[in-house]
Amino acid sequence: MTILSAEKIACQRAGRLVFRDVSLRLDAGGAIVVVGRNGAGKSSLLRLLAGLLKPLMGSVRTEPSPDDQRRMFGYVGHHDAVKPTLTALENLVFWAGLADRREARARAELALEAFDISQLADLPGRILSAGQKRRLSLGRLLVAPARIWLLDEPSVALDREGVRRLEGEIGRHQASGGGVVVATHQDLTIAGAETLDLEAHRPGQRTAGG
Amino acid sequence: MRALWHLIRRDLTLVLRSGTDAGAALAFFVVTVTLFPFGIGPEPEILGRVAAGLIWVSALLATLLSMERLFQADYEDGTLDQLLLAGVSAEAIAMAKIAAHWLVTGLPLLIVAPVMAALIQLPAGAYGVMIASLALGTPVLSLIGGIGAALILGARRGGALLALLVLPLFVPPLIFAVGAIDAAALGLSPRPNLLFLAGLLAAALPLAPVAAAAAIRQVLD
Repeated sequence: MTILSAEKIACQRAGRLVFRDVSLRLDAGGAIVVVGRNGAGKSSLLRLLAGLLKPLMGSVRTEPSPDDQRRMFGYVGHHDAVKPTLTALENLVFWAGLADRREARARAELALEAFDISQLADLPGRILSAGQKRRLSLGRLLVAPARIWLLDEPSVALDREGVRRLEGEIGRHQASGGGVVVATHQDLTIAGAETLDLEAHRPGQRTAGG
Repeated sequence: MRALWHLIRRDLTLVLRSGTDAGAALAFFVVTVTLFPFGIGPEPEILGRVAAGLIWVSALLATLLSMERLFQADYEDGTLDQLLLAGVSAEAIAMAKIAAHWLVTGLPLLIVAPVMAALIQLPAGAYGVMIASLALGTPVLSLIGGIGAALILGARRGGALLALLVLPLFVPPLIFAVGAIDAAALGLSPRPNLLFLAGLLAAALPLAPVAAAAAIRQVLD
């Protein structure tokens, strides 16, 4: 079952065409890995899919599912949205409570555990390292369940063990019928992942469809 | 609605933890009002005649001072993206930020204002009306300032731009508020001026969050 599809989308940033004619189809349990050189528009594509940007042309469609109560998108971008004055736990409790007030704290604690940062629960966000902030940011995916994860360079700043945990969570998410779109330069082990190469969609370049 | 309250609570926690912006606004208000007797001279008659204007001009400058970074931190660290994806509307975000701003800057001004008014010899009969004018007027300042703060998102040197955008819009509440206080000091009815202030609040309350939300969506795209 397709949960997200994009038809021939083109993206323009600051008056410059970044990519065009990008089509994709994401199935429940599926994964798409977006690759391309720096500036190829990987981040823009994810923001387009999330609805944070509007495509210049084309359309993005999501298929609602009556028996999936999760919200549509979980997004991890370059900015970690970690508040420096709140503790790691409070940061997650806020997002957990925003999604669902019931047992927000318990869910936040579980998410800290999933990314092995329980020992940082009481430390303020400002003293966390880049990798620890990234783990906290990934924890947000777990406290506010979403059907489609849009991950923009999720493994940046993560150590090897962190990457392994991320891969494990992605696998669990796929098993629960969720889909993942990842933009990355690093090889992540994701079951059944298709690759979307934005190089083929550079403006001025001949695309697969001509 | 629940998201709104959730956001306001988070903003209040953030302000209480860091305290800088809100504390600075209040300190600015106190210091500015204190400066006037030195500049104008201590004669009670002269001070008393300009007291309403001094309180109000100081209050709106203090509001402006604390307004610049209203949405900035949430914009820079990606929180705005996350809130929108969590299904919170840009209008609700704007309303929550503005409400939290008023609670930590407008409300303390309201509490400190009588003390400062005594310092600059506000006529005795005008205290109640001054409080009323601030109670109706400072939310208008926060609401209008919220539009400006959203418009300057992502701009460099936004502070000066914010002042240029917002200060002209602060003129109507200033006129009606000072008019009300002066009327009370002269023993006239402040009612018409206060009603105008209330009207401004009734208009700004629904319109400002919508305008600020439009500006927020503009910068994110």
